[in-house]
Amino acid sequence: MFEHYLSLAIKSIFVENILLAYFLGMCSFLAISKKVETSIGLGIAVVFVLTITAPVNWALHHFFLEKGALSWAGMPTSDLSYLNFIAFIAVIAAMVQLVEMTLDRFLPVLYQALGIFLPLIAVNCAILGGSLLLVERQYTFGESVVFGFGSGIGFFLAIASMAAIRHKLRYSNVPPGLKGLGIAMLLTGLLSMAFMAFSGIDL
Amino acid sequence: MSLLSKKSQQVLVDPLVHNNPISSQILGICSALAVTVKMDTAVVMTLAVMFVLSLSNTVISLLRNYIPGRVRIIVQLTVIASLVIFADQILRAYMYDISKQLSVFVGLIITNCIVMGRAEAFAMQNTPGKSFLDGLGNALGYGSILILVSFFRELLGSGSVLGFQMVPQAFYDLGYLNVGLMVLSPGAFIILGLIIWVQRTVIKFEEV
Repeated sequence: MFEHYLSLAIKSIFVENILLAYFLGMCSFLAISKKVETSIGLGIAVVFVLTITAPVNWALHHFFLEKGALSWAGMPTSDLSYLNFIAFIAVIAAMVQLVEMTLDRFLPVLYQALGIFLPLIAVNCAILGGSLLLVERQYTFGESVVFGFGSGIGFFLAIASMAAIRHKLRYSNVPPGLKGLGIAMLLTGLLSMAFMAFSGIDL
Repeated sequence: MSLLSKKSQQVLVDPLVHNNPISSQILGICSALAVTVKMDTAVVMTLAVMFVLSLSNTVISLLRNYIPGRVRIIVQLTVIASLVIFADQILRAYMYDISKQLSVFVGLIITNCIVMGRAEAFAMQNTPGKSFLDGLGNALGYGSILILVSFFRELLGSGSVLGFQMVPQAFYDLGYLNVGLMVLSPGAFIILGLIIWVQRTVIKFEEV
């Protein structure tokens, strides 16, 4: 059982990295990865929110929205799965607000460090994408916790290393049309190739 | 296009090249890459985005004087999410295979920054007609990049265009091989990077 979770974690961190293999969260990835400190802040916030929203959305889907999920309430034929999108995005927005308030109360240092990134995460595709993927792959509760956490760590690793590379890039001579977004895309391609090298590891 | 005034034409055409949402405004890159392995998924995705973006712009522009400033994000998200659910149900009903291939990416139009970005930046200040054109223009600009990327990825990666075999069998007999990298995700990043390079060199746009 433990091995299964470990291999799922490795898979969601490296091989099927939510950013580099599924392209989720690219907008904030490109916009934030100019500075190392801010990118680490965003990375931690994503790990946090993804770990919380994945199991919550799993529960919401499993107990309310799935086909036949409302049988405990005496409605065995209900199928509300078309409400997935709107319910998930509402849960994510609410969870982000909750995490923000809890951090502000109990961990003010971390709250200060994350700053503006927490509210922005509500519209990050990585979070919504994570929830939609775990529904599509029919994960169990345990799996969705591991998947959420692993995907968050994967995002964190990718954005932190990208920020470090872009930091070094300041000293290099990039052709004018390629500056900024262009070179960032090419670098992301190389980074994604590097992460792909982990495929084939099977635990 | 004598139907439209000069200004409306500008609104429609500007996002195609000079102010392209993907390559100039850096919006909506997530879905731009994931659906571009094959051209048919890219075309369907473009149509879905066109539907959602032009209608959400119109609806939000119609409501713009009634939306209280503090809750505008939630109102915008609700409008967009409803339209996306609509598009998703239509795809499931009439194009089931393609909707399976698009998987979660239709749902992700909700968090596609283009839709929110245009609602916030354009539809909140302009009339419904103009907002509709702006949505259409941005969707076309988005779609043009999507289709361009998918054209190269499908041609180089699978040797076909829209499912039709383009690279003749004789080439394969001589030892030509499909570029496997193009089917994988790094191919998308690299192709998009090169397209952005060409586009920015042509319009002489330089990022500071």
